[in-house]
Amino acid sequence: MSRLAEIVRRDLRLALRQGSDSVMVVTFFVLTVVLFPFGLGPEANLLERTSAGVLWVTALLASMLSLDRLFLADYEDGSLELLALTPTALELLVIGKVAAHWLTTGLPLIVAAPVLAVLLHMNADGFGTLLFTMLLGTPTLSLVGAMGAALVLGARRGGVLLSLLVLPLYIPVLIFGVGAIDAAVQGLPARGLLLLLGGMLMAALPLAPWAAAAALRQALE
Amino acid sequence: MTSLATYFSMGGYAAFVWPSYALTAVVMVGLVVVTWRGLKAREAELKALQDVMPRRRARTHEGQGQ
Amino acid sequence: MHRFANPARFLRLAAAIQPWTAGATLILLGLGLYFGLVDSPADYQQGESVRIMYVHVPSAWLAMAAYSTMAAASGVGIIWKHPLADLVAKAASPVGAAFTFVCLVTGSLWGKPMWGTWWAWDARLTSMLILFFLYLGHMALLNAFDDPTRGAKAAGILALAGFVNIPIIKFSVDWWNTLHQPASVSRVGMPAIDPAMLLPLMLMGLAFTTFFVTILLMRVRSEILAVKVRAIRLTQIHSVPGSATGELVGESLR
Repeated sequence: MSRLAEIVRRDLRLALRQGSDSVMVVTFFVLTVVLFPFGLGPEANLLERTSAGVLWVTALLASMLSLDRLFLADYEDGSLELLALTPTALELLVIGKVAAHWLTTGLPLIVAAPVLAVLLHMNADGFGTLLFTMLLGTPTLSLVGAMGAALVLGARRGGVLLSLLVLPLYIPVLIFGVGAIDAAVQGLPARGLLLLLGGMLMAALPLAPWAAAAALRQALE
Repeated sequence: MTSLATYFSMGGYAAFVWPSYALTAVVMVGLVVVTWRGLKAREAELKALQDVMPRRRARTHEGQGQ
Repeated sequence: MHRFANPARFLRLAAAIQPWTAGATLILLGLGLYFGLVDSPADYQQGESVRIMYVHVPSAWLAMAAYSTMAAASGVGIIWKHPLADLVAKAASPVGAAFTFVCLVTGSLWGKPMWGTWWAWDARLTSMLILFFLYLGHMALLNAFDDPTRGAKAAGILALAGFVNIPIIKFSVDWWNTLHQPASVSRVGMPAIDPAMLLPLMLMGLAFTTFFVTILLMRVRSEILAVKVRAIRLTQIHSVPGSATGELVGESLR
């Protein structure tokens, strides 16, 4: 457990020192969401109806921005090989890295989301559910994304390839995330959908690090 | 002749039925051609390499079970 | 398992099976086309356009069967580390992608007269579209590395991850589709199967299956030869015939 905390702390320190990652992700999120009223027109009804989908699709893209560097820096400077040699399981390393990634990208997105929801005239009934879906959904995105990031290590055009691999796997999170918000706005119970999102997180929590560790192992061979 | 024309008109759906079959045929034939060509190209490549390196020929043939 | 996974034995087996599957494909295709296009009734609701189903549905079957083959082979490759399994997975994925494409286009060609639009976000078509993207990702990852064994291993993990995800994606798309029933598009479902239509459908389904087996055997043979060529090339690079690396790679093939 202390090893896990150490990995998270190391990655957070690195992220903080380089500074801009979280700021970049949030800026991308805000800018892209702001583009939609220009594309769709400023009509409040239309924006309100599409707000959940716009926020989720954009959050999904934003969380992918820094994914390709999740393992790449450590892979290129050789510290990944050293980390693999330590008695700590690679799965644990992946979980630590995912946690750090989520803290630097997922969490800022969650903080920014309500502000953007106001700009898009989202119904106030949806706000709580919006936060809940993002809280349950963004870790799943980071976990699945980590698997993709481990798979493309050393590949040509890794960044573009990563989005091709990971986006289809993000679709269920998108569908249930938006579905839960829409249900809450219409006054329908969203609990079942939130449970589904939680279930996906629970399934991804062991499976994705396992797959990512397998991918790291064959990358280091 | 008219019966043949009626047949090919597919009850007015000719523009949808025939392209479906044509595309399927093109994809299937295309797969066969691409796969066949690849196989032949690799066979030729392997043969050329083995002719250059006679030392390995006997062992590789044994490997192919010939 | 390993008895059939031995490449030498596989090549012999493949050479023995292939003429039979190729012959069966031709006969079944001939029969399927006859019953599908000539000797079967038009649907009372869809008219003659129901004949598109005889290529659309078998393509969908094959698209899914090829993905299952790919995932199973990848599983064997990861667990038993047999190089032949990776070659099977590599050989299956372009074939699966091609039939997913056929399924999508024929579905669209059927949808235009039936739904009045080229594309409806129908649950089954949407799932097929996502399957197509999964195939594209798999093929892209296979070819993204300078070392082909690296690509095969990474793609194997991806194929398994995709396989685990397919039921989840299918479930979510079905749910999403029932939530957003489009009102403007007339909802003619994919047809319930009439016995008179079952015969051509089964024949075409079998024909597509034997076709897949034939092509897969050819592609795996081709991949085995490619590995051999690479092994010999490696020994040439090391200039001494049968140097350590070449021997090792060559040996893993026997």
